[in-house]
Amino acid sequence: MSTTTLPTAAPVDQAPAAATPPRKVRGRGQRSRAGSLVSHLILIVASFAALFPIAWLVFLSLGPDKDDYLHPERIFGKMTFDNYTFVLTETNFSDWLVSTLIVSLGTTVIGVLVAATTGYAVSRMRFPGYRKFMWLLLVTQMFPVAVLMVPMYEILSELRLIDSYLGLILVYCTTAVPYCAWLLKGYFDTIPFEIDEAGRVDGLSPFGTFARLILPLARPGLAVAGFYSFITAVGEVAFATVFMLSDTKYTFAVGLQSFVSEHDAQRQYMAATAVLVAIPVSAFFYLVQKNLVTGLTAGGTKG
Amino acid sequence: MTVAIDRATGKRRGEPGPRRGRFQRLKQSYQKYWYAYAMIAPVVVVIGGLVLYPLARGLYLTFTNANSLNSARTIGVNEIEATYEWVGLDNYADILWGPTSYDRFWSHFIWTIVWTVLCVTLHYVIGLGLALLLNQKLRGRTLYRLILVLPWAVPTFVTVFGWRFMLADSGVINNFLDSIGLPSPMWLEDTFWQRFAAVMVNTWCGVPFMMVSLLGGLQSIDSTLYEAAEMDGANAWQRFRYVTLPGLRTVSSTVVLLGVIWTFNQFAVIFLLFGNTAPDAQILVTWAYQLGFGQQPRDYAQSAAYGILLLSILIVFTSVYRRWLDRNEQSAI
Repeated sequence: MSTTTLPTAAPVDQAPAAATPPRKVRGRGQRSRAGSLVSHLILIVASFAALFPIAWLVFLSLGPDKDDYLHPERIFGKMTFDNYTFVLTETNFSDWLVSTLIVSLGTTVIGVLVAATTGYAVSRMRFPGYRKFMWLLLVTQMFPVAVLMVPMYEILSELRLIDSYLGLILVYCTTAVPYCAWLLKGYFDTIPFEIDEAGRVDGLSPFGTFARLILPLARPGLAVAGFYSFITAVGEVAFATVFMLSDTKYTFAVGLQSFVSEHDAQRQYMAATAVLVAIPVSAFFYLVQKNLVTGLTAGGTKG
Repeated sequence: MTVAIDRATGKRRGEPGPRRGRFQRLKQSYQKYWYAYAMIAPVVVVIGGLVLYPLARGLYLTFTNANSLNSARTIGVNEIEATYEWVGLDNYADILWGPTSYDRFWSHFIWTIVWTVLCVTLHYVIGLGLALLLNQKLRGRTLYRLILVLPWAVPTFVTVFGWRFMLADSGVINNFLDSIGLPSPMWLEDTFWQRFAAVMVNTWCGVPFMMVSLLGGLQSIDSTLYEAAEMDGANAWQRFRYVTLPGLRTVSSTVVLLGVIWTFNQFAVIFLLFGNTAPDAQILVTWAYQLGFGQQPRDYAQSAAYGILLLSILIVFTSVYRRWLDRNEQSAI
């Protein structure tokens, strides 16, 4: 019986409670000492598994020789930041940084602007074709790279957008926008409709209501959407590999690969670059990670 | 709740107060829809121009024999016209039934299915387990949570390189296995171990998302339900089975669907872990990419045909999945 009544109740409380989820931990049935010991043990093992590969990468990035990853015990004696200095001064790191920033910030700005209007439209208005449109947004997310790669390549080269930042930004928007629209729809849904109505009564046009009332209220949602676009653009590999040709325009995802092919065995530089890239991105991630998930599942469970 | 609001506004906006003339209503609905369409127009343009048009174009390419030798291209100042021809369904026939089609398609197909099922199951089970552990009153819970989310926080292309170091022939993992007397497999050369490594790395990357989503789901379950269940004498397993799992169903159905789509299309992990060196460990996505861009001459037509096949598989799966959810009175999307 309970199986049929519960599911409707469960997701209900979840979305608005995004920022402060109810910390209702059941107080009865306190576990035995052994029980919590086992819990701790499992969690420690899991944490170790989660932490180790990254910690290892950081550790290796301190070793000065290219084969140090095979003899990690030797690194202890000669830890140095030379790899970082080398990467920052001798490679195209700064070029990659610039192009990664251009591409990902471009994607963020364009993606969020476009997704916000869409999210608002699907949140507030029921127009003919509404369901089909939502379905289209979902389906777009499952397009495999392979199907679009070739035609996109052709189109971009016809538009002379191969090896240009704008081309890559547009391509990333196609992946970021549908998801951000879902996410923002979920967020707009939590803003009371009375606010729209009040705005309309006071003589604002629908666009005015959207721009002046709803957008400022939706700032947290916009931040999450923006962050998602940013992360997508930073982490994408396939399109960037094919569409960016000159090595000063590589994004980090492509630039890192060039360490493997060009300098083949210079893994210590690769590790250093990887760490340099990972630190800011991960720091950002931690700031919004919680909202990201709520937005994700909320966007997925409502339609 | 949102569903209720949607419905409420739908109604509120749908009925324009006191009934007016037909013309008036038409005009008003036009106004309303005009705004809506204007607002979704940018997305429609972006998706239409850069997704649907390429899709149509890709579909067309699958009926030709296009490759990098006969496509339109520019060499220096010379523009060379495209010379590829219409070949009908030959590409599909060749992929599905042609000679060596097992090696080129079916083996990858089976591996892709195995890969998706394995990865999503592991993601879900491990994620759920950790979420349950984190949902209890524990000392250091926040710290555990922060550490466990780490694999998700670091960009995939960075972590995959970390794994490559560790899985190298005399990397740290093999050293460790050696030291405790276990055989050290050739992770990046031997087909079975390549697949094993791919699943392992992808599981490592994917668990945090499931864990955090399910933790959110767990925290939204009303604690009085557990009290009620306990009053009725339910033991721990029964509480899990009849309160926790049903309470998680909405979240689960969404994350599993997303997980399947993402894993099925997972490009970065396999591509970066093996590059072009492991033909047997390539799933369909990376294999299609390799046909289209990783070899000479680049076989655009076949690559696109693989893409279309992939997309059809996913669409069929999603439709079946949705229907199955609907039948369980649980519409996820």
